[in-house]
Amino acid sequence: MVKGQIYIASKEIQDALESVCDPEIPVLTVMDLGVVRRVEEIDGVVEVDLTPTYSGCPAMDTMATDISSALMKKGYKVKMSLVLSPAWTTDWISKEGREKLEKYGIASPLTEELDLQALMGGDRIVACTNCHSINTKLISQFGSTACKALFQCKDCLEPFDYFKCLK
Amino acid sequence: MKKESLYKYLLLLGDNSMILAHRLSELCGHGPALETDIALTNISLDLFGQVRSYFQYAAELKGGDATEDSIAFLRYGREHYNCILLEQPNVDFGHVIARQFFFDLFQKLQLEQLVSSNDKKIAAIAVKSLKETKYHLRFSSEWIKRLGDGTEESHERMQSAIDNLYPFVGEFFKETDLEKEMKEEGIGADLFLIKSAFDKEVMKTFAEANLKIPEIASRMTQGKYGIHTEQLDYILNELQYMQRAYPNMEW
Ligand SMILES: [Zn+2]
Repeated sequence: MVKGQIYIASKEIQDALESVCDPEIPVLTVMDLGVVRRVEEIDGVVEVDLTPTYSGCPAMDTMATDISSALMKKGYKVKMSLVLSPAWTTDWISKEGREKLEKYGIASPLTEELDLQALMGGDRIVACTNCHSINTKLISQFGSTACKALFQCKDCLEPFDYFKCLK
Repeated sequence: MKKESLYKYLLLLGDNSMILAHRLSELCGHGPALETDIALTNISLDLFGQVRSYFQYAAELKGGDATEDSIAFLRYGREHYNCILLEQPNVDFGHVIARQFFFDLFQKLQLEQLVSSNDKKIAAIAVKSLKETKYHLRFSSEWIKRLGDGTEESHERMQSAIDNLYPFVGEFFKETDLEKEMKEEGIGADLFLIKSAFDKEVMKTFAEANLKIPEIASRMTQGKYGIHTEQLDYILNELQYMQRAYPNMEW
């Protein structure tokens, strides 16, 4: 769990949240992604604070709806709020989340400093998700969604997404 | 401070991003290469996201039936407060990049001040947007250098885009009464402070890009007072078409 997150909820509620995935990266649950900032059950009403990854992320509305319906299926009333502060960072992606990303074929975010070197300096430090070689090349600073950049491996030639560091 | 002033200030902050986001959305499927097409539309999406935050807050202040959508889709031209630079047409990739670079740089400097705004909601939006804007600025300044210091033709076209658009840049820094009021309340940015940092950064980037800052006087534009060029009407025609033709339509 990340600093500043509040979870005061039963196992049942947590399980319901764990069942909701990011529609664009379906291997990550909303909990892996770290976008659920607060869950509190107060008199049968589950209050959920959700924070966006990127301001314009079209997946946020879907995640909010999916969380509500997962909880309502368990018989809870839901009060969903969108919070902007503190702003989401890729540091909030859980350790399990990072492992799932790599397995799925998306390189997980590097530290801020290394990220800059990879995206601006052309340094070969992002490891290929297919063969793990670091002989890789930046193809595009923007990828299939706002949170990703596009790389290609120069050894196995596989193109892959890199989840950009956001701090 | 009047609630009406804060409301208008939120529109002023949001409109620059909304009009630029619309211009960038026009490039969806028409970018010069797949990567730049994706980049520009991703930037557009970030900007629209930021606009939503400003307009949701504005709708809250306005009360009644106001929503982020009514603010975005049901205002007339004279009720928009964006600077004239942002409504300029795409023309070519050089113009797209020049417009983007000037805006990204201004916006980054403005957001750096707004993160410590007395208004907690504006500060929160600024923290979120600043991260994204820095990334946009990386993209646009890199292209300024690549095109400015590229081939003879890319240099010429980049320089001519800058010559055309630079005269609109001055408007960013011409403080309106509203911006003065917001600055004095500790809510808004101090444009005078931004100006010197802006000039320094432009000079540095242009030197690296082998480009010249044109010696042309600023145009007398008044977008921040709601007075626009015909360009805005074309934008609004397209942006608002659905809500004007089929009021309250949803999908
Ligand atoms: Zn490989």
